[in-house]
Amino acid sequence: MKELTVISGKGGTGKTSVTGSFAVLAEKHVLVDCDVDAANLHLILSPQVLHRESFPGMPRVEIVTEKCTDCGLCQELCRYDTIVDGIVDEISCEGCLVCYHACPEKAIRLVDNIAGEWYISKTQYGPMVHARLGIAQENSGKLVAEVRRRATALAQEQDKDLIITDGPPGIGCPVISALGGSNLALVVVEPTLSSIHDLVRVLNLTEHFKIQTAVCINKWDINPENTIEIEEICQNRKVTLAGRLRYDPAVVVAAMEGKPVVRLPSTIAGDIESLWDCVRQELGV
Amino acid sequence: MKIAVSASGSSIDSAVDERFGRCAYFVVFDEKTGDTEAILNDGVNAAEGAGIKSAGLMLRNNVDLVVTGRVGPKAMQALLAGRVAVYTGAAGTVAQTIEQYRKGSLNPLGVPNARSHNGISSTEKPVK
Amino acid sequence: MIIAVASGKGGTGKTTVATGLMLALRDSGHQVAYLDCDVEEPNGHIFLEPQCNESEDIYIEVPEIERDKCTLCGKCAELCAFNALLVTSDNVIIFHELCHGCGGCRYFCPVQAVRPGQKKIGIIDRGTAGQAVFVRGELEVGTVLSPPLVNAVKKNQISRGVNVLDAPPGTSCPAVATVRGADFCILVTEPTPFGLHDLSLAAQMASSLGVPCGVVVNKAGDSRGLIENFCLQEGLPLLMKIPLSRTIAEAGSRGVPLNRAEAGWDQMLLNLYSDIEGLIMSERAYGNQR
Repeated sequence: MKELTVISGKGGTGKTSVTGSFAVLAEKHVLVDCDVDAANLHLILSPQVLHRESFPGMPRVEIVTEKCTDCGLCQELCRYDTIVDGIVDEISCEGCLVCYHACPEKAIRLVDNIAGEWYISKTQYGPMVHARLGIAQENSGKLVAEVRRRATALAQEQDKDLIITDGPPGIGCPVISALGGSNLALVVVEPTLSSIHDLVRVLNLTEHFKIQTAVCINKWDINPENTIEIEEICQNRKVTLAGRLRYDPAVVVAAMEGKPVVRLPSTIAGDIESLWDCVRQELGV
Repeated sequence: MKIAVSASGSSIDSAVDERFGRCAYFVVFDEKTGDTEAILNDGVNAAEGAGIKSAGLMLRNNVDLVVTGRVGPKAMQALLAGRVAVYTGAAGTVAQTIEQYRKGSLNPLGVPNARSHNGISSTEKPVK
Repeated sequence: MIIAVASGKGGTGKTTVATGLMLALRDSGHQVAYLDCDVEEPNGHIFLEPQCNESEDIYIEVPEIERDKCTLCGKCAELCAFNALLVTSDNVIIFHELCHGCGGCRYFCPVQAVRPGQKKIGIIDRGTAGQAVFVRGELEVGTVLSPPLVNAVKKNQISRGVNVLDAPPGTSCPAVATVRGADFCILVTEPTPFGLHDLSLAAQMASSLGVPCGVVVNKAGDSRGLIENFCLQEGLPLLMKIPLSRTIAEAGSRGVPLNRAEAGWDQMLLNLYSDIEGLIMSERAYGNQR
């Protein structure tokens, strides 16, 4: 079984549009949306949720007013400015529990914190595992790991050959979590200076973790010069250039219709099909 | 010697759980007395560092050797520091795994064999 | 005055709007500071070409154990909510990458054997872009905790004039840290189902933080009022539209700010600013009545 993870460094380069199209073109696969902070894949795949589970976060705290003597120790000790005049700000609470342990009146109580939810769903292209993390919740890395574990189990149960993952943006913990164990990282990049700047940081990351990497240049025709620069970077770093996608308004039209863009007659559909052929070869499926 | 096996249940006939940090229990077998006891892994829901918590559990229970499946880099560092020997290859039931260990069929683990999902530490070496 | 520029979805044009706004204000004589709080992938410098003359290493406090005082009682490890400490029979191991700098181990150690140590989480670069102040934070690769760096960047806000904060995308901790305490939050979106979905998450975030917000639609074209309808529904002001334009896109791809890509944007952005001023005042006057 192989795993393909689509990442981007900088957000908004077209990861989800590409992954959604791969869902149509690939066979015997499980789809995973690991962008748990801002999950979008479901908007074009219309999953039907079969199973959902809560994802617990670290407990937060609450002050029991009847026991509180207003000594102010909790406010003094809190490093995150969470407690002001006996009120706990849920959003900034880190869950360190120092106040909980320190309160001389034991007037602080632990509160369960549901950080998010994950789902196992079915789509017309195959099963899908996805999740949502709440606002200002930490540990997207852990939720990503959970989602990937469920996807692997599902793939084994249903005898699937491939896991296709829509990865999170950036280079932080959730991306590292999404990349672990991947057979191929496909980086979707735009020919803009911002995106190139972030491409280099992403390549440093995949190199560090020794993950086979390929690059796809989206909307390449917006800036052919920068496109050439990206191609040179790929050559220098011995990274496969798997495809070039033209700018195509059909992408937005398809998204508005809630479909992956390869389902529409469009110039980009052909580009994506070529991209998929190359990715398939790189993966060996 | 006290041998712990990461498990999904609390008896010697329970199925093993490969994950050192997130298994439900550790079933500990005391070679000297022949007794078995189960330790609940209270670190299983830890947001981060579950493996470290499990390592602490081994130390507090005077475990000499643990047989498990996957150990991440921080947990490995913790176990090495605590001088707990680590073997990999846990499979089937706890009883079967202990049997395999005693026959000498299992391999010791000196480096982590699972990825950390918590960022790059300076001591971590990429594993594939 | 503090204006944060955020978005739920990445790539919508936060930096385009933030740098454009800063330049329009600067060039019309305002005192202004641009603070790049997207510490994982800062991009503002590409558009502003600042002269940076100072660099500061930023640290969080992590524990250091004084071995001669330590009795190996294990209390620090027991109380650490992040499992960053492990006590063996002869040593205390600290996993710095898990440490959130809460100070609990130091506070609870019965023999005061924990000293405050430091772990570098990133750097802050300071300088100027013409007459404007420029500040950028850059996270050390592999660091998990970014809010302390965002907060360190924010400490460089100017007390008189306008601070434009370029937030990271999304609604996770560093985005929240950027928007918290701002007088206003501009939410930049694109008129696609992705943009809409993530805009609603970002609007929730701003509202949980009690920061009034308004929407700027970038790459606006014929989207059948997708964002407009949402704004009407939620009572969010739609502040400005940047049309889908190849000229702007090409210029942006070369790191050219909006105001230099096409004429007229300086005025549009100044209008945006005065609309925001008006909204802040009315929020203060009437907000309590809601």
